[in-house]
Parts: sequence; C-alpha cells; structure tokens
Amino acid sequence: MLHQFLTLFWPSTVDGLTVGAIYALVALGYTLVYGVLQLINFAHSEVFMVGTFASLFTLHALGVTSALTGLALVGVLVVCALAGMTGSAVTAVILEAVAYRPLRRRTTSRLAALITAIGASFSLQEIFALRYGRDIQTFPRVMQKTVLFHVGSGTVRSDKVLVVATALAMMVILDTFVSRTRLGRGIRATAQDPRTAVLMGVNIDRVIVATFILGGLAAGVAATLYGTFYEVTQYNIGFLIGLKAFTAAVLGGIGNLRGALLGGFSLGLIENYGASLFGAEWMNVVAFVVLVAVLLFRPTGILGEQLARARA
Amino acid sequence: MTGRSTIPARALRVGLERARWRTTVAAVGVALVAAACGSTSPTTSSGSSTTKAPSAGALKIGFFGALTGANAQLGININDGVKLALTQYQSKGKGPAVTLEEYDSQGDPSQAPQLAQKAISDHTVAVVGPAFSGESKTADPIFQQAGIVSVTPSATDPTLAQHGWTYWHRIVGNDNTQGPAAASLIAKKLGAKRVAVIDDASAYGKGIADIVRSTLPTDGVTVVSAGRSIDPNATDYSATVDAVKAANVDVIYYGGYYAAAGRLLKQMRDAGVKATFVSDDGVNDPKFVAAAGQADADGSYVTCPCGDVTGTTAGQAFTSAYQAAFHVAPGTYSAEGYDAANIILTAISGGSTTASAINSYLASHTFPGITKTVKFDASGDISGGGIYAYQVKAGSIVSLGLVSQLVG
Repeated sequence: MLHQFLTLFWPSTVDGLTVGAIYALVALGYTLVYGVLQLINFAHSEVFMVGTFASLFTLHALGVTSALTGLALVGVLVVCALAGMTGSAVTAVILEAVAYRPLRRRTTSRLAALITAIGASFSLQEIFALRYGRDIQTFPRVMQKTVLFHVGSGTVRSDKVLVVATALAMMVILDTFVSRTRLGRGIRATAQDPRTAVLMGVNIDRVIVATFILGGLAAGVAATLYGTFYEVTQYNIGFLIGLKAFTAAVLGGIGNLRGALLGGFSLGLIENYGASLFGAEWMNVVAFVVLVAVLLFRPTGILGEQLARARA
Repeated sequence: MTGRSTIPARALRVGLERARWRTTVAAVGVALVAAACGSTSPTTSSGSSTTKAPSAGALKIGFFGALTGANAQLGININDGVKLALTQYQSKGKGPAVTLEEYDSQGDPSQAPQLAQKAISDHTVAVVGPAFSGESKTADPIFQQAGIVSVTPSATDPTLAQHGWTYWHRIVGNDNTQGPAAASLIAKKLGAKRVAVIDDASAYGKGIADIVRSTLPTDGVTVVSAGRSIDPNATDYSATVDAVKAANVDVIYYGGYYAAAGRLLKQMRDAGVKATFVSDDGVNDPKFVAAAGQADADGSYVTCPCGDVTGTTAGQAFTSAYQAAFHVAPGTYSAEGYDAANIILTAISGGSTTASAINSYLASHTFPGITKTVKFDASGDISGGGIYAYQVKAGSIVSLGLVSQLVG
C-alpha cells in the first residue's frame, strides 16, 4: 500500500493539481455567491455545463477537427474561452434575474432560494438534454498532448500545464479585482454587512449581478479548460464537478476567494493521494472523510468563512 | 489579515449552525435528486397503445430497458429488433392481435420496479427484457410475483438464473461463459503476462470482471492490483490511469459499458499506456469507438454472446429488413431482441394467450432463431450458447468468430 503510494506520488501530484485547478475555478462561483448572499447556488454546476457546450459549439463553428499549434492554437483557445465565459456568465445572470432576484424581493427565506437553485439546476440540465441529447458529446482534439518533462515518475503534459497556468492566472485576476476595484470593494462591503453597505451608497443589486458574472466568468474558463483536457461534455457534466467544487469551497472556507483556490488544489491532491493509497474506487470516500475531519476541527474550513474578513 | 476582534463563541456557534444547515441542505439535495430520478419515468409509447384501453383481443407485450440515458443505444437496438418482429407478425395476419408497450428504464435499477408495476397494471403478458443486469435484479422479482413472462436478450449476470424465478428466461450466454472466454482470449490469443482488470462497479461490469480476475490466474496470468473499480459517471480517471501505467501491464480488461470505456481508454492512450484493451459486450458498440477516438480504439477486443448473423440466409433477410425499417444496420443485440420477441410471438400464435400459457409453451418448445436455436433449461437460462470475439479495425468493430475457435 505504502509502496504503491510512493510509486504513484509524483503522477498523483501532477494529476491532483490539474483537476484541482478546475475544481478551484468552479469553486470560485460558489464562494463568491455564498460570500455575498449566503446562498449556495446549486445551479452553478449548470453554469459550468453551459460553458462547456458554448466552447464546444465554438470549436464546431471554427471548424477545428485536428490539433493545432502556434498562433492558431492560442487564437482558438482564446476564442473558446471567451465563448465559454460568455455562455457561463450569461447563464449566471439569467439565473440571478429569473430565479433568485424575485425571491429576494419577496422573502428572506434561504431555504426557498435553495430549492429554487436545485430546481433551476434540473431545469437547465433537462433543457440541454432535450435539445442536445443525453449522449456524451466529444470535443475535437485542439491541443496536442505533448509530454514536456518529468517530475519523478510523473509526466507533465502541455495540456496539464495549460490548465494549471490558466486557472492560476484567472484566480489572480479575480482576486485583484475584488481587492482593488471599486466594484470589488462593493462586493466586500456587501459581504460584510449588506445594510451598512447600502447606507454607504453601494448598489446592492449591481453588486449581486457582478458577483454572479464573476463566478460565471471563472466557470467559463474552467469549462473551456475542461473541454480541452477531458474532451467530453454532456447535459449532466456539471453534477459531479459541481459537487466537487462545492466541497472544495467548503474545505477552503466558503465565502473566501483564496480558500477556494486552496480547497480546490487540496481536494484534487487528497483525491489522488487517497486513490494511490487505497485504490481509485476509494477516491471519493477519502476525499469526503478528509472534508468531515477538517470541518470537525475547523467548522468554517481551512481559511475561515468571511469573504470580507479574509480580504480586509 | 483580520485586524478586527472576533468573538470566538459566537463564531463557533454560527459555524456550527451553518454546518448543520449545510447538512440539511445536503439531505434536501439528496432527497430531491432521488425524487427527481424516481419521478421521471418517460414511458414513450408506441402509437396509440397507451391511450387505448386494452381491447378484448389485443394482447400486450412489452420492451423493458433503456431507450434514453447514457447507455441507451443497446436498448434502442433491442427495441428495434422487437418492433421488426412484431411488424412481421402483424403483416402475416395470423394469431391474436398484439401491441407493443415500451418501458424506458434508462437502465436505472431504481426506476425499474416502478416501471415493472406499470407493466402489471397495463396487463402486459410478456416482456422482452429487462435489458441490463442491474435493472433485472430489481424488476424481475416483480414480474415473477405478478406472473409476467420475461425474456431477456442481453442481461448476462449469471446470478439472475439462481433466484428460482419461473417466469424468467434468457437467450444469450451469461457472464459465467463470457468471463472465462475473455480470460482465455487474453491468455492464449494475446499471450498476456500481466493484466489490469478494471470494472465500473455495476452488477454487470463487476460481475464479469470478477470472473476474469478469478479465471486468469488459472491460465498462469498475473492480475495486478492496480485499477479495480472506476465511477462510470466520472470523467477524470487519472488516478486509475497512473496506477495502471505504473503497473506496466500487457492487457487492460474492462468490465462495463461503452461510454466510460471510451473515456478510460482515451485517457490511458494519452498517458502513453500501450496495453491492449479488452472488454465485454457492453462495450460492443460503435459509440465506444466514437468516445475513444478511432486511433485509440483500433486494435481493441470485445467479447459478446451475440453472434454475427450475416452468415446465414435468415440472418441476411433480417439484416436487410432491419436496414429498410430503421435506416441503420442492426446493432448489438438487435438480432437477439428480434429472436426474443419471435419466441414470445410464436407462443402466442401457437394459442397461448395468457402469461402462464406462454410460460409453459416456452418451457416445452425449441425455437429456431436467427442467432441460435433456443432451448431453455429448468432455470430459464439458454442451454449452451457460444461467445464471439470482435476487434476494432480501422474504426469498425468486426467479428473474429467464436472465441473457442480462435484460441483452439
């Protein structure tokens, strides 16, 4: 068992960081919305799903059928990412306007919003299932999966580097946005104390829409990376990844941006280390046992819960 | 970073409340998922058969299996075979009128009991199916209790024959014959020394993989501990791929269905694993090649109790009639679905118009089908039944003949 773990240590690390980067990007959406509204946006998994479809259709529209190199590759990836970001952000904004805002005006019950979130999640899934079928849709290979170098016995491939690097860049941009800009300050103020924020002249509705857009943009980037890396999508592709990303957000401290990053990478690594120790069928068990253990000792996650405080 | 003073007790209480609330959220979520899965029973019906009350003369037979969902292709293949058999029966104009009812289980064992109940209230006398082993385990006890004849063309779990179900029948070889055949293909035809055996933890996939696991060592092949089970709904198999890569195997055996098999194989090849991929009849579908990509799928083997029917006159007639009716070539288990339906229809035209009469007719007769001559043993299983090998060549799955002849 230990021998197996040592043999697989470097491959597990590389793969754990890759999948963790995607978890982290999706986790941002959960964490931002939770930080501001104390709402778990269960439909965020579908925001991600729409992003994968948007970038798949863009690939079809561009007529990409085989792997590209150089500028063409960069161009296609950027266009796909923009399409994924647009698809996801628009979905997030529509969700907010159709499913959450009317409820927020009429009731303060969190449970009502939660049920709506789950309902919206199913609706979006079924709409895509009916429109595009329940079968798996395959992405064309956009990027050659070239082996770049080895870390121990772990293989570092070009697509894995792309996933981790892009995810990190997106995190830095978002983090800077929330901590430096005026709108970011509004988001933090609302997270801290919505009533006082209003008195200070923060437009809450605008802040909330901005929060959904930011989460959507991150999910869109994650969706494009996912499509490039795993090359599949499906109407319910968001379910498992959404669950994992939500777990990552809770693990890192929901409501906390850097917590999402830490949670995502930690979850990816824990899963893969757990799999190498006990076998891949125990992957999720190990991950969730660790989650429960962390929450026992730190109920608010590794970095704590507050979007405003952690960033203050 | 936190310049502010916090009150630990309050923070802890809030934390606990949130944690508790989160548990409720999770529970509500799970309940909703369960409810949603349970309530979506899209029983697509053929024409007017559901809206019309069963007239005195029209007998109802059913198809039971996945027509939608991730592994629906096998169910669609079978159902089309059944539809063709029924159309031919109706065009002959002999025997009582028969209509077909489709029970779309989505291949989900948790939806199957509800649909089986629906078949009972529809007064269906016999069903072709259930198509998969998992749903068979939950639906067949209900059919047995209600006294509805079931003839499965594809559920190959051996334990299905061991429940003492008297209304249950199967017209294909089970995994007890397919598992050892796959093992001898791996050991003797491919000459493998080290094999990783992976399954999808389903009743069917794990069942057949376990038989391969236990049979291979008797042929002197080492089964490595790497791999084991994967989640068929997941897309990231990197942990399994890493383990298999480190284990350095000649052959990867996978027990499960085509959708996950395709993804798994693709990720294996991307990681540079060159081992030959061998799998079961659940993977014997062109969509496996589509999911893995032609380059990655080429050279892979699958075994199947389903024979190649294109060699006989009756088989060729079936193939052209099928092609004409559905504008595609017959798929995996289309011919078995056709045979299963014909067995039931033969019993009906032989004068058996109740479920129990059909059941005793099936027990006492031999049926010359297009796939094989079917004779049921006391448990309802088919007597005999060979396993065929197929290989992916240039993107299409071609028959190599009986495994027993290949390894000779």
